[in-house]
Amino acid sequence: MKIGILALQGGVIEHLRLVEAAGAEAKIVRYSQDLEDIDGIILPGGESTTISRILNRTNMMEDLRNRIIAGLPVWGTCAGMILLAKNLSNDDKVDGIKTMDITVRRNAYGTQIDSFNTLVNVPEVSENEIPLVFIRAPFIEETGKNVKVICEVNGHIVAARQDNMLVSSFHPELTSNTDFHKYFINMCK
Amino acid sequence: MSKKELNKNLAQMLKGGVIMDVVDAEQAKIAEEAGACAVMALERVPADIRIDGGVARMSDPKMIKSIQEAVSIPVMAKVRIGHFVEAQILESIGIDYIDESEVLTPADMVNHVDKTKFEVPFVCGCRNLGEALRRVAEGASMIRTKGEAGTGNVVEAVTHQRQLMADIRKVQNATSEELFTLAKEFGAPIELIQYVHENGKLPVVNFAAGGIATPADAALMMQLGSEGVFVGSGIFKSGNPAKRARAIVLATTYYNDPAKLAELSENLGDAMSGIEMNDVDTKYAERGW
Repeated sequence: MKIGILALQGGVIEHLRLVEAAGAEAKIVRYSQDLEDIDGIILPGGESTTISRILNRTNMMEDLRNRIIAGLPVWGTCAGMILLAKNLSNDDKVDGIKTMDITVRRNAYGTQIDSFNTLVNVPEVSENEIPLVFIRAPFIEETGKNVKVICEVNGHIVAARQDNMLVSSFHPELTSNTDFHKYFINMCK
Repeated sequence: MSKKELNKNLAQMLKGGVIMDVVDAEQAKIAEEAGACAVMALERVPADIRIDGGVARMSDPKMIKSIQEAVSIPVMAKVRIGHFVEAQILESIGIDYIDESEVLTPADMVNHVDKTKFEVPFVCGCRNLGEALRRVAEGASMIRTKGEAGTGNVVEAVTHQRQLMADIRKVQNATSEELFTLAKEFGAPIELIQYVHENGKLPVVNFAAGGIATPADAALMMQLGSEGVFVGSGIFKSGNPAKRARAIVLATTYYNDPAKLAELSENLGDAMSGIEMNDVDTKYAERGW
């Protein structure tokens, strides 16, 4: 099992550490050819404007989008969620991958002062409470009919799945809890 | 998890990115479009502060707000060393990160801001490990090597990054009893020296700053172990800021790919002319205690 981590900008090493801790091999993805031998890909947190521009300027965007449409399992955390969303309600600056039927609000909670963390039960993912870390986080405002809501916090959707696509507003990679990574690795089997 | 931890986390999300100095909303939009992961809002870039002289202070909050409205990426702004009221003001307008910066004229010749009293994260400059860990002890959530701002000359950035990495290796290789002596030598808390010994890195993210003017400069700092770069005067004091900014963003991602760096370095127009270190009257890097 080999999980790629898109390493253009953002919290890459953190995901790499937890993928390995969850028992899979991790691979840095920086070029289109790096996509060829992976079983799934994680789009990490970072700045979605930055990552989308690098994807578009290196022509990786089309290859990545095609692979996701063809069924490559993908998990977008925070910025990664923004990249996967078909619609953004308050932003026209991110030209993303746009494959998932969700409408996302960027920086939905405010500036860094409003960043927070919490402990939540996510039955789809784990029997135990999971620590969730929200950093200038987005949330989901609308979901298409094929989208399954996995987690809500304070009335907002913060994790969801549609077929081979998983998204979370929060950053499991900033904790030492591997439950979400194990869930994604299972999706890649 | 504490606010301090969340603030260190934001810096983790900036890694591999470029933070650009901007003086108005127009430049901020150019920076965001180029792919900056954050912008630093200030009234004058360091190169102009050098030319103008006089006291350099926190920027007008109205100007900072206009930049916050113009972009969706994090907005940082500078306060003078030790000027905790300037920091209180920036916190009140919802700035994402405060830079307690030697580029502005220091307000306190002995003390830095007690950053543990703030909810908002701080980044601070350093020339070596001791300085970095003193800032972390005061509550900084992110460190940048100082370099020499406003010179377009990368030499000091290299000196400081190499010094920091050499200091870290020294602490890593020390025995447990030597760590106490090293704490004294570096003027840093023993707990943080022990952290560096065990982890071989700073407890917070480290970016490079001060004199980066080309894609090659950015890649050089990344290869020397920086986790991202600040570019100040280097972009908007150059012939084609938008193109140079885009190239530096890609160079920071593909810093290990010489062929790509060659492509990115083509046809960028004039770089800022820059200053040789012997001709620098005031070394900003010497500010900080």
